[in-house]
Amino acid sequence: MKYVAPSSVEEATSLLSSSPSAQVFAGATDVVPQLRSGRTAPEVLVDLKKIKELVEVNSDGDKWTVGAATPTAYLTEDESFSHEFPGLSEAAGLIGSDQIQNRSSLGGNLCNASPAADSVPAMVVNGVRAVVAGPNGTRVLDVSEVVTGPGQTTLDDDEFIVEFEIDKMPNRSGDAYLRMTPRTEMDIAVVGAGARVTLADDGSIEQAVLALGAVAPTVVRIPDAEQALLGSTADEETLNAVAAAASAACNPIDDKRGTVEYRKQVAGVLAKRAVVIAIERAEQRNGSN
Amino acid sequence: MPRTHITTVINGDETEFLTEDSTSLLNALRDEVGLTGAKEGCGTGDCGACSILVDDRVNCACLMFAPEADGTVIVTVEGLADSGELHPLQQCFLEGAALQCGICTPGFLMAAKALLDKNPDPTETEIRYALAGNLCRCTGYDKIIRAVQEAAREMRGQ
Repeated sequence: MKYVAPSSVEEATSLLSSSPSAQVFAGATDVVPQLRSGRTAPEVLVDLKKIKELVEVNSDGDKWTVGAATPTAYLTEDESFSHEFPGLSEAAGLIGSDQIQNRSSLGGNLCNASPAADSVPAMVVNGVRAVVAGPNGTRVLDVSEVVTGPGQTTLDDDEFIVEFEIDKMPNRSGDAYLRMTPRTEMDIAVVGAGARVTLADDGSIEQAVLALGAVAPTVVRIPDAEQALLGSTADEETLNAVAAAASAACNPIDDKRGTVEYRKQVAGVLAKRAVVIAIERAEQRNGSN
Repeated sequence: MPRTHITTVINGDETEFLTEDSTSLLNALRDEVGLTGAKEGCGTGDCGACSILVDDRVNCACLMFAPEADGTVIVTVEGLADSGELHPLQQCFLEGAALQCGICTPGFLMAAKALLDKNPDPTETEIRYALAGNLCRCTGYDKIIRAVQEAAREMRGQ
């Protein structure tokens, strides 16, 4: 196994095109366990962290760009980013220990394609886009279009994500992500729930996006819950409809961390709570901050 | 197998070593550099026994490929003591009996150092979160937490 660390996107894509058995990595927090268990055996390891734009967090007037290999600790430590996207920042901060967060990245969390990846529902509700580089240039995908099933993505072998684009949080909008795990830290989501809402001037909900993790082969949106929230003030009846729609949107597995029934129940509870937190945050973003 | 030449600063000394590309930084430190303080517990980033500082951030050395260390500044548990005098964390672990078999101790010490370097006065909750990536299977965590609190107090001069 050979280690290479290209210093530009072009160098990396040409390396990948000429090496059929290459594995790109950022923090390798999933890649190393997979290598050790024999699940993968690449001939070339391509370290993406020496490419400048992959390890940067920037904000211009309209959007944030987060390099795909940026350690999640950089995001959670970025006060400005965390203030604007508390839900996404908290989701990134739930991935593993401090040791892991100094290595783990949004690009890796997405492309490892675990149904339980914490950052993915939070990226989906925020409409995050992935800029994908390949031999023929770049293309832009919605994060929700990247994963097709456990361990499966729509990226070709010679493609990788350069960065994520995140439009600035509009006024009167807020996001939230909650997850259920048996242990507070260092555990894998039994259920994860992300929510983002935008409020109209009268306080009713103008836009709502909800997504669940760990309850289906990929992250799932909850269109019925989003619909129920529109125009409402998230009164108890509406929140109960959100919970019911969240439970119904689940297609979970039974495993040691939770049964199908338990996951469906918890998905409803977390979706409801995430909406409430997102609304509280939206009320605080009134244009002055 | 061709070996790659790596230049780093380890515990304050410029250090060069040769390694195969697929070797973990942990194994390179132990087998090529001769620093056996960091231990392999799980080999998958779950237990923290191999925790070291890389460019001031705590990392699991088992999850890094040795070539990634080129150009970095590394501190291992061997670099904690200063001219033969134990670091306050080491002294407090010793006095507070915060270890039994000792396999996890180098990792706990490095994770605790990373915490105190950026937060000299952590709450108990902050300590427990900062050490959540380190597993101990014999002492239990309370004595470890208390030792870190005591060391923090001493380092703040209280």
